[in-house]
Amino acid sequence: MTTTAHPRPGDPPITPELVRQHGLTPAEFDRVRSILGRAPTFVELGIFSALWSEHCAYKHSRPVLKAFPTQGPQVLQGPGENAGVLRIGDGWAVAFKMESHNHPSAVEPYQGAATGVGGILRDIFTMGARPVAVLDSLRFGPLESDRQRYLMKGVVRGVGDYGNCVGVPNVGGDVAFESAYEGNPLVNAMCVGLLREDELIRAKAAGPGNPIIAVGSRTGRDGIHGASFASEELSARSEARRPQVQVGDPFTEKLLVEASLELIRSGHIVAIQDMGAAGLTSSSAEMAARGGVGVEIDAALVPVRETAMTPYEILLSESQERMLVVAHRGREREVEAICRKWELGSAVIGHVTDDGMYRVRWGDLVVAEIPGRDLVDHAPVYHPEARESGEIAARRARAVPPPPAGQDLGQVLDRLLDLPTIASKRWVYEQYDSSVQTNTVLGPGGDAAVLRVRGSSRGIAVTSGGSGRYVWLDPYEGGKAVVAEAARNVAATGARPLGITDCLNFGNPEKPEVFYQFREACRGISDACRALDTPVTGGNVSFYNESPAGAVLPTPVIGMVGVLDDVAARVGAAFRSRGDAILCLGRPAGSLGASQYLSLVTGEVFGAPPRVDLAAARALVDCLVACAAERLLVSAHDVAEGGLAVALAECTALSPDLLGAEVDLTAIAGGLDAAAALFGEDQGVVVASCRPEHAARVADTARRLDVPCAAVGRVGAPEGDLRVKVGEARIARPVAQLRRIYEDALPRRLDGAGGMQLARSA
Amino acid sequence: MKIAVVRFPGSNCDADAFAAAEAAGAEASYVWHRSTDLGGADVVVLPGGFCYGDYLRPGAIARFSPVMRAVAAHAAAGRPVLGICNGFQVLCEAQLLPGALARNGGLSFVCRTVTLRVESDATPFTARYRVGQELRMPVAHGDGRYVADEPTLDRLEREDRVVVRYVNGNPNGAMRDIAGITNEGRNVVGLMPHPERAAESLLGSSDGAAMFALAAVAAGV
Repeated sequence: MTTTAHPRPGDPPITPELVRQHGLTPAEFDRVRSILGRAPTFVELGIFSALWSEHCAYKHSRPVLKAFPTQGPQVLQGPGENAGVLRIGDGWAVAFKMESHNHPSAVEPYQGAATGVGGILRDIFTMGARPVAVLDSLRFGPLESDRQRYLMKGVVRGVGDYGNCVGVPNVGGDVAFESAYEGNPLVNAMCVGLLREDELIRAKAAGPGNPIIAVGSRTGRDGIHGASFASEELSARSEARRPQVQVGDPFTEKLLVEASLELIRSGHIVAIQDMGAAGLTSSSAEMAARGGVGVEIDAALVPVRETAMTPYEILLSESQERMLVVAHRGREREVEAICRKWELGSAVIGHVTDDGMYRVRWGDLVVAEIPGRDLVDHAPVYHPEARESGEIAARRARAVPPPPAGQDLGQVLDRLLDLPTIASKRWVYEQYDSSVQTNTVLGPGGDAAVLRVRGSSRGIAVTSGGSGRYVWLDPYEGGKAVVAEAARNVAATGARPLGITDCLNFGNPEKPEVFYQFREACRGISDACRALDTPVTGGNVSFYNESPAGAVLPTPVIGMVGVLDDVAARVGAAFRSRGDAILCLGRPAGSLGASQYLSLVTGEVFGAPPRVDLAAARALVDCLVACAAERLLVSAHDVAEGGLAVALAECTALSPDLLGAEVDLTAIAGGLDAAAALFGEDQGVVVASCRPEHAARVADTARRLDVPCAAVGRVGAPEGDLRVKVGEARIARPVAQLRRIYEDALPRRLDGAGGMQLARSA
Repeated sequence: MKIAVVRFPGSNCDADAFAAAEAAGAEASYVWHRSTDLGGADVVVLPGGFCYGDYLRPGAIARFSPVMRAVAAHAAAGRPVLGICNGFQVLCEAQLLPGALARNGGLSFVCRTVTLRVESDATPFTARYRVGQELRMPVAHGDGRYVADEPTLDRLEREDRVVVRYVNGNPNGAMRDIAGITNEGRNVVGLMPHPERAAESLLGSSDGAAMFALAAVAAGV
């Protein structure tokens, strides 16, 4: 096929050097030439560069992602749209998705993080859903460095200011610290929205002749080639990319939320999409490809905020808070009126065509004409080599040494609670408005957050997180573990897990060791999602998370949504009443490989991470949901980093009254070394509490579902102590002290200088 | 009882206030900021949010909105006006209440549940509470530190115009732990905490519900 387009006077000539600067390989450029039947214009080169970037085209990941389970009766919309949508019953549905904004945040933490939240909000309300929750998963290097503190403060402020201003509660997520994130922090934001099933709208252009309308902020020169920036490693030159980081305006975003939802409900529009990564180019091309139609846009009609902008710049700008709308022909005035009511600009910039062509004009001049399907659906696909790093395999194989004799286990607990990865994240989440919209039933700080669905008895539980450490040492097992942990977190609240979104943060996929991690982690995620009946509904792949110091830990972050049929049945993480029975659900096996305890004691990360028995993981989830539905549990809390001891400390420290607890783990430890029983990070253990008269019913339910259940103690101890016994070993600590360590760990590193000295005897 | 909730561009607690008003049995309605007609409302609520983005200073632009002329007239007629969080900031900027809300002492946004003590029951919004009663409700703001000059503060205390005060921890460094105040006529009340977020026990506290259940007599109807 031949197409016709003309360079604009002043455009640079298309040289191999220019092609290289646009991130296209010689083979990819040949492909462009054969699609067009000629050399591309400068504008077309920019368009291909953006849409064929890793960020937009998933060149290296697509074949792997295809293996994800994506089906289920609960799935209303699977991958391929702006967000996945799950049915939650009674005609209600949730739209949810997670995305990374790692590279922008690495060079400009405040705006990078803020615009990450802005983008993910738009992905949700363009589905017709009202955003009801934001979550964020953040990874930084150790807080001992000024740079890391600067990054973390900027990112948290950026996430907070944006969501707070728009008025969407931020209810959860996780934060972890590892030196591998030092040169490349991770900023993953998730948004969850609520809609009625019949209000769902898809970003699919249709109806030749229908007008295409730009809504919201004017287009500037910010963020040009942001998608390409996201598709390369960070380097010393990355600082020069700062101007490519967009600037967010949450006030306009708030108006866009209201205007977009009103437009969708009005029936005047066919489709709506955020101008996100690769801006107008990707939004228009993707909407056209989904609908199997062509589009024609006159870039000269796009409202701009800077003078002398070229069509190249207008097409590739990533200015924030802009939407692209396909309206029904003849409804232009109605659309404009709704936008004006919300004080937003709008302009007709083109129309849908029936020739399947992606055409851009600049007034009378056609500056780009590309067959739409070739542009979007026929981007190159790579099947890179995958090979496990021998060094990592050796690290995994290293035996975990026996815990040192005579260790003061209480001091170990103190030091674990003081680790930023384990410690309370209150410093973070108190900067986020978690109660706006008055739906937050369980806020941040527990296993998963729970929101009520106004107008029904239902509630949804939401969580996001994932351990890069486990995935690093064993990508397949780690992939399983991140999904299983998300499911336990959701189920601990009593909610039934329904589905996931994922944000897959990895290094350079062209390196065999990195691609191996990616492929194996995805295989683990798939297997776990099948076992837990939580299909993948969408997500985001972020490759090239590398700095000169190397790749980040392979970090698939899982965002999960679950449903509670009766939100009043939700279960919190904290112990609540003196005399309640403490139960251990699941069987601890003392896995110290890759644990926080092991790195605390040895200063190194090694050993085989805990393995997940998926059948047992499913049974535990079912057991928690069944017990909550029968209102048998007072609290439930997942055992994760730091093991049972840390989980017990959290259950007591999160309780508003300093009740303390007395626990004897001797029987369930079954001969394990005390340190292994206390600090092992077995995947599949939950600490629960219930009224003493309910303990037998919980045990019955557990037995019926084949879940190990042991009564290990009771809530309340003299002087509000946490007292834990394993054989002859003892921990006794005032909860007030544990809470102080747990709560002070982040503030003392981020707000003050220096830090509390804890005895180093472990 | 008719309660009008004003919506500025950027208001984001408008629906929450609306729901709390309805739950308290009132007939709730929205008033758009361009309107100068309060629709015959007995009570006006200025809700929380970031009106106009608050990029200059919270409330600095909103005070010029057309609706504020109607709000001022409503207040001058002795009828009840409640400003919550951003609404409190707007009322101070509009000089319907004395003092100002400055950046939090800790310089960061703070969202947490705080304890308040009711200092005055002589306003239409606190008539259902008793002096000394402790209330639990969330705060969520970046600019909530109440400041005024010493004579103003002394006068507020002397005239029993401090309505609620933080106890067991002041989240923003407000002078004299002031969380909410009223005007000379005692019909205009502003407070930083969010009573509309503490209007049902499912959400952790129902201590704020009574602020929306105004006695008919207090509303002047």
